[in-house]
Amino acid sequence: MVAAANKLVVTPRGDTEIVLTREFDAPRELVFEAMTDPDLIPRFWGRRIDKTTVDTMDVRPGGKWRFISKSPEGETAFRGEFKEIVPPERIVWTFEWEGLPGHISTDTVVFQDLGNGRTRIVDTSVFANKEDRDGMIQSGMESGASQLYDRLEELLAELKTRR
Amino acid sequence: MATDRLSLTFAALADPTRRAILARLAKGGASVTQLAEPFDMTLPAISKHLKVLERAGLVERGREAQFRPVALDPAPLREVDAWVERYRRHWEETFDRLDEILKELQQKQQKKESRHGRGR
Repeated sequence: MVAAANKLVVTPRGDTEIVLTREFDAPRELVFEAMTDPDLIPRFWGRRIDKTTVDTMDVRPGGKWRFISKSPEGETAFRGEFKEIVPPERIVWTFEWEGLPGHISTDTVVFQDLGNGRTRIVDTSVFANKEDRDGMIQSGMESGASQLYDRLEELLAELKTRR
Repeated sequence: MATDRLSLTFAALADPTRRAILARLAKGGASVTQLAEPFDMTLPAISKHLKVLERAGLVERGREAQFRPVALDPAPLREVDAWVERYRRHWEETFDRLDEILKELQQKQQKKESRHGRGR
């Protein structure tokens, strides 16, 4: 069973940031290793229905990455560039979904050693502008935390019954 | 600033007055005067908000010169909803699966250690 602390937490920060926090029952060397291993990426990247292949993954500053994702919805890809690699503490990379090109965020992934073989990942995404970020947050990436999402849901529920 | 449809929708939704206008319109079409009623705002101020919503394709204005009723167009909302849901699921399920793999890797490591007599 997954402990409550092992749930994904999404928090907005400042005007252009989203912080994702998730804890793992594994030492941070191992978490860092898994996140940077091209052989393991296809086994966990994306949603369960996505079949991910690593097109490029050059884990060093300036190195490019690109993951292709196939699902019943079709094929899409994610790409970016590694900016900083500090094992086992930090990865900085850019992130862009090819389905929405131009909306590039810079993600800083920090691996915190919690002791007792536990690790916390703190992934801070910095968006190019407030609109991109607010779009994510206020539309309810974290359900329950967003007024708009509740309203959006209500709106959609009403609209569904009408059409 | 990006001007693609999703960006325009996000920008339009970022304002509480505009979200309230959309919530009101979900109950049915209304005139600008009716929309302005619950707010302490002038008609031109409401019209300005409506223009932003119209540009994002979230509302349609009627053609009758007198009333020009405003109606909600839900298409962009569905698009936003789909994209946001995908983003959230992406990270939630990525981390859940990473969790499973880490457990597997640790089990393998433990087995290896006990085989080499380094376990207890």
